[in-house]
Parts: sequence; structure tokens; C-alpha cells
Amino acid sequence: MNPVRRSLFKLTGSVIAIAAVGAASMLRPLQAWAATWNKAGFDSKALADVLKTLGATAATESRDIVITAPDIAENSALVPVEVTSRIPNTQSVSVIAEKNPFPLVATIELFNGSEPYAYVRIKMGQTSNVWAVVKADGKFYTAKKEVKITVGGCG
Amino acid sequence: MAEPMKIRALLKGDIVDIRVLIAHPMETGQRKDVAGAIVPLHFIQNVVVTHNGKTVYEGQWSQAVSRNPVFAVRLRGAKVGDKIGVTWVDNKGDQRTDEAVVAPAS
Repeated sequence: MNPVRRSLFKLTGSVIAIAAVGAASMLRPLQAWAATWNKAGFDSKALADVLKTLGATAATESRDIVITAPDIAENSALVPVEVTSRIPNTQSVSVIAEKNPFPLVATIELFNGSEPYAYVRIKMGQTSNVWAVVKADGKFYTAKKEVKITVGGCG
Repeated sequence: MAEPMKIRALLKGDIVDIRVLIAHPMETGQRKDVAGAIVPLHFIQNVVVTHNGKTVYEGQWSQAVSRNPVFAVRLRGAKVGDKIGVTWVDNKGDQRTDEAVVAPAS
């Protein structure tokens, strides 16, 4: 036995252990975040499936949700969508481009003084309805607006 | 490392208008490069906005959010000088956090 070699082995072992612990602690917040990403919803290819993953199949249409988006998009890779909800206790807003390959674009949860408002710029493959699904007091409400696309933005 | 975000937080009346611009390719996984090879999916999945450390906005995004995403949050109850933090994580595990302070609207 070579004592120097032995201690070297030990040292390498502990270095690897420390590195592993370090990597695990760095990964933890990421895993926690990944858990809050609605994979089933984002992988869904139809509006009905998206609503199912959101738990919003029984959603009612509401005039208290205002969607501001262009009637005809000048650039289909950059369609500004603004959603304002006047429903009290709005907790989250989801934006869905109905005829995109994967319709669910974003789900936004609002806390601690955030106004029931969302603005995001989205890509749209073709002319379709843009849906806003609002969760308020545990119930779901929807609104839609058609956006016309002249050239696809998903290519 | 990703480029810094541009964060603007302006107090107008009693609402702070927060606007964020993130530099990110937001690849859809459907686009082909010049050689005809599919450019792999690369997009921001989670975005969190905090106000003095408290979460106010938690966004889950898909690849259909536009390249170099711009988004906005309207916040009630914040004051000039308050800290607004923004963190994003993409599907490759890249992430970035930036901070800005609330300024009065001129």
C-alpha cells in the first residue's frame, strides 16, 4: 500500500462529495420551479385539453375580461396581447392562441398587490381566437378575441 | 451568461407600471437554420417578479412567447425606491436575476 496514494484517493472522494452536494443545492430551486410549470397544459394540442389541465372546463364567458390585441397582426411573431380583468379577486390569467400547434402560451399568477392585468407579446401560427382564462375566487372565466394573421410566425 | 434585462418601474398615481425586456431567443423547436437542421427548443419557462422580496408575479411561459420577451406588471401599494426583482429560468436551466428600483413618473 502506498500511503500517499491512499490519502490522494480520500481527498478526491471528498472533493467529489462536496461537488455533488454543491450541484444538488444549486439544482434544488430549479427543480422547485420546474414543478410549477404546467407541462401537460403546454404539451396539449387542443383548446379543450388546455382548459382541462387548467381545471377550467366549466369556465363561463365574462364581459369583465378585456383583451386588447390587434384585429390584424402586422407581425405574427410579435402580437401584443393585453388582458385586464375586472373580476374581483383575480388570481391568475392564462393566454391561449387557439390554433397554435401548442395553444397555451402563458399562465400568470398574481399576488401581493399585483393588478389583474397581463401584457405579453406572443407568436401566432395562423388567424385564430386568442383566449384569456381568468381564475378568480377559484372559479374560471373566459373571453376571446380574434386576431387575423396574414403571414405565419411559427416557421 | 445571458444579457442583463431592462426593467422599468414607474409610479403613476398609486400604481407602479413595471415593464421588463429580456434578451432571449425563445426558439420554438420548429424553425430550421440555413443548413435545414431544426433549431432545438430554447425558451423561458418561468418568470418571477418580486417587490421588496415578496413574489407579485409568477409566470409560466411557452415557446410561443415572442423572441426577446417584453411583459408588464401593474402593482398597487409600492413606493418610490422599492426594489423590483425579476428572475427567469429557461428549459436549459439557464437563469438570470436583475433588480431595479421604483422611480417616479416624470
